[in-house]
Amino acid sequence: MRVPLSWLNEYVTITLGVDELAERLTMAGLEVSAIERIGVAGAELPWARDTVLIGAILEVRPHPNADRLVLADVDYGAATPHTVVTGAPNLFAYRGLGRLAEPPKSVFAREGAELYDGHAAGRVKVRLRGRPVRGVMSDAMLCSEKELGLSDDHAGILFLPADAPVGMPLVDYLGETVIEIDVLPNTARALSIVGVAREVAALTGAAFRPPLPAVTAAGAPVDGRARVTVERPDLCPRFSLTLVEGVTIGPAPFWMQRRLTLAGMRPINNVVDISNYVMLELGQPSHTFDADRVADRHLIVRCADDGEQLTTLDGRTHALTPDRLLVCDPAGPLALAGVMGGASSEVSDSTTCLLVEAALWEPTTIRRTAAQLRLRSEASRRFERGIDPAAPPLAQCRLLELLAQYAGGTAAHGMIDLVAQPWQAPTIILTPTEVTRLLGITLTPAAIAGYLQPLGFGCTVGDDAVQVQVPSARHDVGLAADLCEEIARMVGFDHIPLTTLSDALPEQIANPVLELEQRTRDLLVGSGIDEAITYSLTSMAEVARLAPHQADAAGYLRLANPLSSEREYLRRSLLPTLLTALVQNMRERERTLLFEIGRVYLPRAGQTLPDEPRRLALALTGAREARSWHHAGDQALGFFDLKGIIEALLDRSNALGRARFVALRDDPRFHPGRAATLVIGAGADARTVGQFGELHPAVAERFDVPGSRILIAELELDAVIAATAPTRYRTISRVPATTQDLAVIISRDLPAEQVERTIRKYAGGMLESLTLFDVYQGPPLDVRQRSLAYRLAFRAPDRTLADADLANVRAKIIRGLAFDLQATIRA
Amino acid sequence: MSIGDDLQRLRAQAVSQLDAAHDSAALAEWKGRYLGKQGELARLSRGLGALAPAERPAAGQQFNATRSALEEALAIAEQRVKHAAQHDAFEAEALDITLPGRQPALGRLHPSTQTLRSIAAVFGEMGFQIWESPEVETDAFNFGLLNMPADHPARDMWDTFYLDTPPGSERVLLRTHTSPGQIHAMRHHAPHPIRVILPGKCYRYEQITARHEMQFHQVEGLAVGERISLADLKGTLVGFARRLYGQAVRTRFRGSYFPFTEPSVEFDIECFLCGGDGCRVCKHSGWLEILGAGMVHPNVLRNGGYDPARVSGFAFGMGPERIAMLRYGIDDIRWFFSGDERFLQQFG
Ligand SMILES: [Zn+2]
Repeated sequence: MRVPLSWLNEYVTITLGVDELAERLTMAGLEVSAIERIGVAGAELPWARDTVLIGAILEVRPHPNADRLVLADVDYGAATPHTVVTGAPNLFAYRGLGRLAEPPKSVFAREGAELYDGHAAGRVKVRLRGRPVRGVMSDAMLCSEKELGLSDDHAGILFLPADAPVGMPLVDYLGETVIEIDVLPNTARALSIVGVAREVAALTGAAFRPPLPAVTAAGAPVDGRARVTVERPDLCPRFSLTLVEGVTIGPAPFWMQRRLTLAGMRPINNVVDISNYVMLELGQPSHTFDADRVADRHLIVRCADDGEQLTTLDGRTHALTPDRLLVCDPAGPLALAGVMGGASSEVSDSTTCLLVEAALWEPTTIRRTAAQLRLRSEASRRFERGIDPAAPPLAQCRLLELLAQYAGGTAAHGMIDLVAQPWQAPTIILTPTEVTRLLGITLTPAAIAGYLQPLGFGCTVGDDAVQVQVPSARHDVGLAADLCEEIARMVGFDHIPLTTLSDALPEQIANPVLELEQRTRDLLVGSGIDEAITYSLTSMAEVARLAPHQADAAGYLRLANPLSSEREYLRRSLLPTLLTALVQNMRERERTLLFEIGRVYLPRAGQTLPDEPRRLALALTGAREARSWHHAGDQALGFFDLKGIIEALLDRSNALGRARFVALRDDPRFHPGRAATLVIGAGADARTVGQFGELHPAVAERFDVPGSRILIAELELDAVIAATAPTRYRTISRVPATTQDLAVIISRDLPAEQVERTIRKYAGGMLESLTLFDVYQGPPLDVRQRSLAYRLAFRAPDRTLADADLANVRAKIIRGLAFDLQATIRA
Repeated sequence: MSIGDDLQRLRAQAVSQLDAAHDSAALAEWKGRYLGKQGELARLSRGLGALAPAERPAAGQQFNATRSALEEALAIAEQRVKHAAQHDAFEAEALDITLPGRQPALGRLHPSTQTLRSIAAVFGEMGFQIWESPEVETDAFNFGLLNMPADHPARDMWDTFYLDTPPGSERVLLRTHTSPGQIHAMRHHAPHPIRVILPGKCYRYEQITARHEMQFHQVEGLAVGERISLADLKGTLVGFARRLYGQAVRTRFRGSYFPFTEPSVEFDIECFLCGGDGCRVCKHSGWLEILGAGMVHPNVLRNGGYDPARVSGFAFGMGPERIAMLRYGIDDIRWFFSGDERFLQQFG
């Protein structure tokens, strides 16, 4: 809401400077987002009092040496008129008419005045200096709107109304400050000049001057000459109608047009402008019908019938449905109630007789209609938020006053005012105890009343409570909490003390899942991987690029109103978006290691809401170690780097011992020989927790990075977290360990895991650790063989192991390997 | 010629030769020549037997003195040679210490995660525990139970992604704020007191620009209990701001509107980019909006299962991305969800 201060000043005396006023309003919840100064001190272009003045153009004479220039004699209040050389096209009509009977008024600028250059692109300041133009001295000018900074219009000079006082500094006549208030959904009162004035009065202690329009209803009574039928009183709590005859359509007065422009509305004609002016001033929208185009002068409020049509003022034709509320005449729809008028009964230049409607509409109906038909207007904006129930008759009086003054109309006596839902002022009992409980400040009942009364609340002060009557203008207030907000605004939020919570501390509950999620992040970061967060929304195309077999839209939650087809479905896996991010990084760098922890969204049959389990995804590519003068960077990250990260995670969760890795050959996302499924637990408790491995070359091709080795993993983080076991301390032995190396020759196809398991099986309790330190294939081994070399550490808790002990164990292991796996030992 | 003269001469010759020895081989050779079993000193000692018995003790002493002197000289020379060798070795092993070091490969946490953690740490010390709630919500939890019935004009404050659900079924949406978590937390805890923060992802139906994202994080805070007042809210938030922005940070509270709080406030800190003078980032106001807050609306308390006549509470909400953007001077929010290493590797 743009509020010109001169307008505001009609209803409250502004006692503060503009900046201070803006600050008070902002702190009280009416945020002033901008202050615009026009011509006044502090404006971008201040109009100097001594050089920018109102002048009367007494005569326009031809220029002796130039056809495209004229000489204008201007009276600006000095003893003698001043001659101005100008090329303003809109003065040429006066050329050679001699002394003008009604001298047009304009803005006269003298030497020294600072103005904008009318010919420059944009706003360039220039100082007016005298110079001869085609032989005639020019040291003054008549100004265009652009030169004054009022608009970009430089087509001609600005004409002022005939009653503009000659010699008055322009700043006193047109200088203005406009404050712009961001209107929140509950501050509908800030959508009117009078509403803002009441706030300003209450906040600054100045007196509020309520509007008191003076109406002379000289016409015959309205009764019997116009009719209203409200068929839907539930949707139309109040409908008022007046009749004005004998109006002449023309422009609105200059000052009114100026204020409308400053407030952001476009002047149209006197009747429309008066309606808009009253809406801005009082917050009550109104609608004027050409009475001669309303059948029987009978307005009917009803819902639309299916198939009815209405062409609105903007020229669009709407097919109506029964949820649209209309103002009709017996012949059909005239207007979308509270949203926009119709073309058929629009006021035109030939209109002489008006039906003036000021009504209250049920906000939801207005909101739906305006939103669904995309007809948000200044009127619908106000109706949506709710209007002072007492406003319609007041607005009617103001409308009639202005129509009589500026449209020459005669108001019919009386007003049709159908009140279906009379305003019932709520009474709220507010105690100082409640104020203390919610705000943390102590106030007496009298002090409470002292804060509320200036806002228009009726207060009856008792010994230990205040009985508060809510005025209709504050229908947004209904609870003690609402009144506390009013008190806090008046006290000033900054004057409420700072205290610490003093209620009982709620029970503090451990959140291991969250802690383990955080620890997982820390472990991955410690492993040299960067955390990414990608979009939760994806597309079937993105999913299919990685996993065509998963790109079935039926399994996904879909947005009803996606912003783009790229972000249409809720992801079921982190990998498509993370892999996209990885590939994008590959344009800039060869080595990228990313992880993401986030949710996926799995629809559940028969449930309204999906399951949102946590996942961990990894995507790695490039050299194992970044290339530097230390490392050639020629070893690529491979399957075992990824597996090692996963093993480390499991190890730190004390879950590695319960984990199994199963070769994954048939998942189209992965290289069939370089992928695994992670299983945790055994037997009936065994659970697949994720898959990982090298990306299938076909996927790399679809991502436009053919030939790149990329590693991806996705784990169910909730399951990994659930598998976490507590750490137990193991007594540290003072007895030294003894190591033995064992090179086992096995069939090439035998998984290493089986060798390890077999060694453990036969080694017994003294085996402390087992490390695979070499894997070998080649001569002298047979091509179907390979050798795995292990270092085994043995320790007994209580004694140093004797050679005989070790020889026994070693022999047992070798026999076991030979028996179970047909393995031999390499000498 | 006395033995004494011979020893004198030998000693002078040995010392001068020793001075010329510059490595351990030369020293070994010198030691053999003068102190060895077949050395010069041993050779001279064989002349002792020819001396008169009375002369022998004196001559013996001279012999011993000479041996000691030569051994001492050798020890000094060995030190000298060792130091010289070490010096050479140091020279040879000297590094260009201006070459880059071998940095351990350490990853980085996402800036949103880092900011979330700082926020959680500060509130954690004040007894606020983390509470998580779903990202996909019903219309009721995102709006209705938060005091925004259908067609409430305040719904315009949140442009919403709706899910494609069968006609006639309950409307499901991506939460536009973490506030639905308030209802979940209250329903879980009622009638006991609550102090939680609710971090998580939120979504808005908004064209993505440098300043607006369709996806972002929020941290909601909620305290419910007896005698919780606006003054407590102020104290809590000012304490938070001091922890995050320093003891001297200037703050202000101004009136605002949220449907689920009454009274409602905006909490601003003095713009640390311009020191309050006004700049582009603070829209020339000298203040930065950090979070919205207020006293939990009685209807919301009731929807959460509490009696608003008996308990009160406050709530607040802030955006980690906005806080990170201000803290680091990030000019485009779109980087946060790009997964771009050029962005990620700048933080942490
Ligand atoms: Zn600033």
